[in-house]
Amino acid sequence: MILSEIATSGPNFFYLAPWLVFIPLIGMLTNLLIGKRLGEKAIGGIASTASGLTFVVAVLLALSLRAYPEGTTVPFADWITIGELQLRWAFRVDTLSTTMMLVVSGVGTLIHIYAIGYMHEDVRYKNDPGRFRRFFVYLNLFIAAMMILVSGDNYLMLFVGWEGVGLCSFLLIGFWYEMDTLGRPSTANAMAAKKAFVANRVGDFGFLLAVLTMFWVFKSVQFTDVFASAQQIAESNPGAILAITLFMLLGVAGKSAQIPLYVWLPDAMAGPTPVSALIHAATMVTAGVYLVARTAPLYVLVPQAQATVALVGGLTALFAATIAVGQYDIKKVLAYSTISQLGFMVAAVGMGAFVAGMFHLITHAFFKALLFLSAGSVILGVERGHHHAAHHDGHEDDHAETFDPGDMRNMGGMRKTMPVTFWLYLIGALALAGIFPLAGFWSKDEILAEATALNFTVYILLAIAAFFTAFYMGRQIWMVFFGKPRHEAAAHAEESPPVMTIPLMVLAALSLLGGALNLPGVETLAHWIERTFETFGVKLHPAEFNLNVAITSTVLALVAIFLSWLLYGRKPLTDGQPDPLKRILGPLFTGMENKWWIDELYWAVILNPYIALARFFADVIDWRFWHDWFHDTVIAGTYQWLSKTALNVWADQRGIDAFANGLGNTTKALAQRLRGLQTGFVRNYALSVFIGVIVILGYLILQ
Amino acid sequence: MLPVSYYVGLSAVLFTIGALGVLIRRNAIIIFMSVELMLNAANLAFVAFARAHQALSGQVFVFFVITVAAAEVAVGLALIVAIFRTKHNIDVDQLSSMKG
Amino acid sequence: MTPELITFLTLALISIAAALGMLFSRNAVYSALFLIANFITVAIFYLMLGGTFIALSQIAVYAGAIMVLFLFVIMLLGAEKLGQSQTLAWQRPLAILLGLGLLGELGYMLATRPEMLTGGGATPESFGSPLEIGRLLFREYLLPFEVTSILLLVAMIGAIILTRREKTRV
Repeated sequence: MILSEIATSGPNFFYLAPWLVFIPLIGMLTNLLIGKRLGEKAIGGIASTASGLTFVVAVLLALSLRAYPEGTTVPFADWITIGELQLRWAFRVDTLSTTMMLVVSGVGTLIHIYAIGYMHEDVRYKNDPGRFRRFFVYLNLFIAAMMILVSGDNYLMLFVGWEGVGLCSFLLIGFWYEMDTLGRPSTANAMAAKKAFVANRVGDFGFLLAVLTMFWVFKSVQFTDVFASAQQIAESNPGAILAITLFMLLGVAGKSAQIPLYVWLPDAMAGPTPVSALIHAATMVTAGVYLVARTAPLYVLVPQAQATVALVGGLTALFAATIAVGQYDIKKVLAYSTISQLGFMVAAVGMGAFVAGMFHLITHAFFKALLFLSAGSVILGVERGHHHAAHHDGHEDDHAETFDPGDMRNMGGMRKTMPVTFWLYLIGALALAGIFPLAGFWSKDEILAEATALNFTVYILLAIAAFFTAFYMGRQIWMVFFGKPRHEAAAHAEESPPVMTIPLMVLAALSLLGGALNLPGVETLAHWIERTFETFGVKLHPAEFNLNVAITSTVLALVAIFLSWLLYGRKPLTDGQPDPLKRILGPLFTGMENKWWIDELYWAVILNPYIALARFFADVIDWRFWHDWFHDTVIAGTYQWLSKTALNVWADQRGIDAFANGLGNTTKALAQRLRGLQTGFVRNYALSVFIGVIVILGYLILQ
Repeated sequence: MLPVSYYVGLSAVLFTIGALGVLIRRNAIIIFMSVELMLNAANLAFVAFARAHQALSGQVFVFFVITVAAAEVAVGLALIVAIFRTKHNIDVDQLSSMKG
Repeated sequence: MTPELITFLTLALISIAAALGMLFSRNAVYSALFLIANFITVAIFYLMLGGTFIALSQIAVYAGAIMVLFLFVIMLLGAEKLGQSQTLAWQRPLAILLGLGLLGELGYMLATRPEMLTGGGATPESFGSPLEIGRLLFREYLLPFEVTSILLLVAMIGAIILTRREKTRV
């Protein structure tokens, strides 16, 4: 009671909420306006400080929430007032949004710091140091947009952030827009950015439909209003709620890379590695999960929608996990792993296990950021080794063109060359694989335990996915860090500087201990987030620790790791050897390797017909019909005929001109005749006067 | 006392001669003198009518006409002098620069 | 034939002859002299019509001042004769024709409308005397009389300005 008294009399920092957005914006503007004159350290320092201060604000908000657990709304400005729609720009501060703020700004700050070291080298390998500043401008803009997303008190504000992060994602995937991932001149990165943008647009369309439907039904898009009348609407118009939630699922599928819109995320690896870690693993892609959790009061009203969301999540988790098994690119494996883990989260929030979903979101942000950043460290290490080797051999050019520093088949044995990175990576991998007692174990286990109770089909899917997860992570560890180097670059790889490894260590510590956030029996996080759900009248399913599930998943993970050791660890790959799994699985592995030809399928079924249709519209309908025929022939032709012949010749030349000229000519001719009268002789004029006198006199006489 | 119509008839004859002088002669001074003749004829008619109607106003008008004629002569002759200075001629037919 | 008629006819003949002489004289000086003769005959007609004051004004102003001015200008300019000119040869016969037309019209009016010449009764003794004229001028026609003085002043100034040589401008 004493504690709670202290807590209730604690400080109130809610008024700081707008600074969540302003601080990163100030950082962005500073770098944008004067960054050109600053050094790399200053630029990185400003950006990281901005992000760090945002984290401080988030922490202060969290502290305030301890005193006022019901949360609050911090109004900032009126935004839109049109008829029934009255929107304000206001910040929703409650335990759910603050959790997201903490994750985004906390992980974001670590990644900012890491990026100072990473980008320093990256811009030099790609021969454009000037782009260092641009990277941090984008990164701060992203933080600002993400803060708008998580702190908005209405769906439209959330949508603004949603689009803002989508824009930053686009800009950062296409950061090296004039080359491909290997640095060769190409449009590949730009295409990847475009793909992400377009796929997200499909999802955004769904989200927008959801918001519009919501406004149509609820006459408001504000969280509090909508959730307050949700129960009432659900009774009178259940179809509307179902439509809203399913439309929203489309948005979630786009942003959080779920079936069927996940295809953009693997390509998004074209962006620099810190971007992959921050945007495409830890924060932005979890926005969908946050959205579902935020909209929980609606989802719990429509079980069909919940089942659909859970099923989509489960299928995605399994499907992406199988693809991850067949990948060779270190980041691609992690990308598919991210999709798979997002599937876990979406399945969790879909089932109604909101706390489990958010828990996994947090731990995943830790260990996936760790994995990505470590992978970036590995890639840079290999790059350094490659340059080192090439420098020694003196044939830099033919290597530089073809060498892929991200290909695991070029690595091997890096445990010795990059020991720090190895240990960090190992922690991340084990956390992801769900090994006791790392963070991933607790969060994944909570999802699985909830699934057994809520949706057994999804449990099966997720359990298999978890097995694959452990397998592909084991495969990656063996391939990258064990055995012998398969390329001289890997042999000469060098460890990364402390500016990169220290943030990694922090993340590793969080991955190790993150499970403590919500230990079974204590359930700090659950009680923390519960308050928000209770405010909106959502009863959470009480989480139970299920020993059977825990043992099952741990056993599965260990078996998977053992299997991966059998295949990749016992007899390490040699240079040029095909994947040993190919022999065993045959065509199945080919499918995994080729991502189940989903991209090709999309091309064949949607994109090519769409492009053909677009071409048809462009060439035939627009160009030939509208432009050539209608505009040029019908309109322009008619107009020209009208202007040249009808109006010009007939009306203008023969009508108006003739009249005007005739008037002038007649006057001229008349004047020509009349000027003869003006002889200039005064006697003539006198004569005319005289004639006039005689005529008038004659008239008077005859009168 | 002779009938007034005699005087009026004489006045008409003199007026016609004056008019002809204006129309026929080219010399600006003679044209001018013809104008004076016409004025004079008009004055004669005035006086004759004044007599016929027993109205002394006719004679007063003649007085005014004589005055105006004097003023007109002053200005007219000044004009002729000015023209002669520029054209070195007083032939009105030479002054046809206003020909259309 | 009363002596009065004989006087009139003689004077009328002299008057018309003088007018024609003025019209047809080649020399402008002769024209001026003929005109003086004409003016004098007209002045006698004024006397016959009872206009004593007007007759004297006619002699003094017209025959005296104005005609002297004419002669002065003619002699000053030395332009008493003009050269031959073929311009407007057709105007002379036309003008004579028109003159005859005018004369015919006036004669017709004179013959057909005698009423405009009749009126009044006996002529009083003082008719046309300077006293009567003066009374009329300074009573009923005071304003026109004064305006006439302004007219003369303006004419004087105008004549001076017109004949003055233009100063060459710097």
